[in-house]
Amino acid sequence: MSDPLFSKKNLKLLTTPLSDSNPITVQVLGICSALAVTAQLKPAIVMTLSVMAVLALANVIISLLRNTIPTRIRIIVQLVVVAALVILVDQVLRAYVYDVSKQLSVFVGLIITNCILMGRLEAFALGNRPWQSFLDGIGNAAGYGIILIIVAVIREILGSGSLMGYKLIPDSWYIVNGGFYSNNGLMVLSPMALIVVGIIIWVQRSCSRKLIEN
Amino acid sequence: MENLINIFVKSIFIENMVFAYFFGMCSYLAVSKKVSTATGLGIAVVFVLGITVPVNYLLEKYVLTEGALVWLGKDFAGVDLSFLRFIMFIAIIASMVQLVEMIVEKFAPTLYNQLGIFLPLIAVNCAILGGSLFLQQKAFVNAGEATVYGIGSGIGWLLAIVGIAAIREKIEYSNVPAPLRGLGITFIVTGLMGLAFMGFSGIKL
Repeated sequence: MSDPLFSKKNLKLLTTPLSDSNPITVQVLGICSALAVTAQLKPAIVMTLSVMAVLALANVIISLLRNTIPTRIRIIVQLVVVAALVILVDQVLRAYVYDVSKQLSVFVGLIITNCILMGRLEAFALGNRPWQSFLDGIGNAAGYGIILIIVAVIREILGSGSLMGYKLIPDSWYIVNGGFYSNNGLMVLSPMALIVVGIIIWVQRSCSRKLIEN
Repeated sequence: MENLINIFVKSIFIENMVFAYFFGMCSYLAVSKKVSTATGLGIAVVFVLGITVPVNYLLEKYVLTEGALVWLGKDFAGVDLSFLRFIMFIAIIASMVQLVEMIVEKFAPTLYNQLGIFLPLIAVNCAILGGSLFLQQKAFVNAGEATVYGIGSGIGWLLAIVGIAAIREKIEYSNVPAPLRGLGITFIVTGLMGLAFMGFSGIKL
């Protein structure tokens, strides 16, 4: 059975992870990096693109190999494929965006243990064809990226008054300069990321009641 | 000796794996519904960290860093294998977890059944790889310090997961708003616990 490349079913693979089966808020995967790199927008975007590259390529490779991997060693094979891809991505990041890669530090390496990768490889790539796996990879990485970007935007604007390094809140508004505004220092700290994601989950589940647990 | 205690306390409270760096969140959120399973998983993590961190430290020191292979012969002095770090660490971690799995199956079969798939999943727990990756930044002097750091980080993780499991067991009976039930409230409570642990951050030992 050969669907056209961008059939409705294939496009669904791209769109469902954006909200209904969002990796972070619904599948509960990939939380670690989602919280740690979102203090500013730039590392969040770089992280999303890295995860997208690794996830899409790993999905395709494992899908191509799916009929030849013996079941007992499949986790090891997956780990090796993902580790090799992450080494590549790490070298590329160091070459082209060195300052951001320093900010991300260990979290680029931690893409290897990012549950989204293992989760999607096990749940999808092992049982589906390469093009579908590629789309699933892009879709899930996009879903992951949306949450990262939302959290990063909230944290960066409220926490440092800037976005991507450009100051958004005029200097004259700050209390030290005679104004009324002050950056919310709490937003830059890690626990706020957890609370912001909790609120995003609250909003998402209020909008689509079928996601509510019992 | 004093330095070892320093590292131990620092890794449990001040640089707690879960609250300061968010390592191991996936299994932390998934296994924390009951205190007994949480304790079992936590102890397994302590064990795995306690073994993998020193082994990876030795690997890093004698094989991977630039010029580390000097003990093989003078002409190996310029060899820099640090790009292989990720694959080698993961290989060590995967084999150690296999070992722990076999030991747990033999000596604590009920725990083995309770943990199910989460025991082999310790291999992809960010806390384990994260602990090893932080070795670079920590600059430990010998394997003893690395071991203490590993065990301490594991105990910090154990503390976090048992804490959240206990809170979740109690929250079962509270009146949480429907959209927040389950995952949402756990995130917010973890955030609050993280805020509490930040109180340790200024301590100089």
